[in-house]
Amino acid sequence: MAEKRVYEVIFIIDPDTPEDDSTRLIENLQHTVADQGGTITKTENMGRRQLAYKIGHKNDGNYMMFEIEGSGREIAELERRMRVNDAVIRYMTIRVDLDRRRAEKLSARRTRKASSRPAPGARRGSSAPVAAPVAAAPRVVDESEA
Amino acid sequence: MSSNFRNDREFEMDDERGGPPAGRGHSGGGRGGPSGRRFRRRKVCRFCQDKVDLIDYKDVKLLQSYVPERSKIMPRRISGSCAPHQRMLAEAIKRARTIAFLPYAAD
Repeated sequence: MAEKRVYEVIFIIDPDTPEDDSTRLIENLQHTVADQGGTITKTENMGRRQLAYKIGHKNDGNYMMFEIEGSGREIAELERRMRVNDAVIRYMTIRVDLDRRRAEKLSARRTRKASSRPAPGARRGSSAPVAAPVAAAPRVVDESEA
Repeated sequence: MSSNFRNDREFEMDDERGGPPAGRGHSGGGRGGPSGRRFRRRKVCRFCQDKVDLIDYKDVKLLQSYVPERSKIMPRRISGSCAPHQRMLAEAIKRARTIAFLPYAAD
């Protein structure tokens, strides 16, 4: 409970709702989150896009995305509101903090690997001066033949 | 039905099948494709090359290149992606389908 969770809530608003209705709806949702103790860290209006398939006989919709930091209680309320509202034709919540932490771990491991890798390359570089003695080698062979 | 069949063919076309390992080069001849090319190109995971740690479901362009024609998820044996990245990719594609970024099935 103590730890903060980060969510991405993405939802599609019916493109036929009037402009001011949808802005009011968005404001309402933002207030809902704030009332429940969550904070919206990012709001992104992804604009009108074509849907990959029809949802309620609609071919396109306005995409909105919130990034919310909180306990999870505000998500429940937010989802309830969106379910009730007819203007929201689809919504999806994704918990992103776990995925991001895993991604960080992966990239950390890679940089660790990368930093240990240059060693063999350096050794090859240091072997260059060995070239000089090679010139002497053939002469040794000739002597043994004779 | 027939289109489904065609799609399966399409999957196998540019495939370095799971068949017998290397060694058998060109000599076999018998069951090779009509083209007869049976060489094996080593495929590397594109995500590993690009050092991708997180596959975002919002990156529709990227995801689209992994759902050919019938919008099925491209199998690993064809795309060559590694297991961890294929899992991430599959998850991202499924999420994208939920919010209508990608179709569940091509019509």
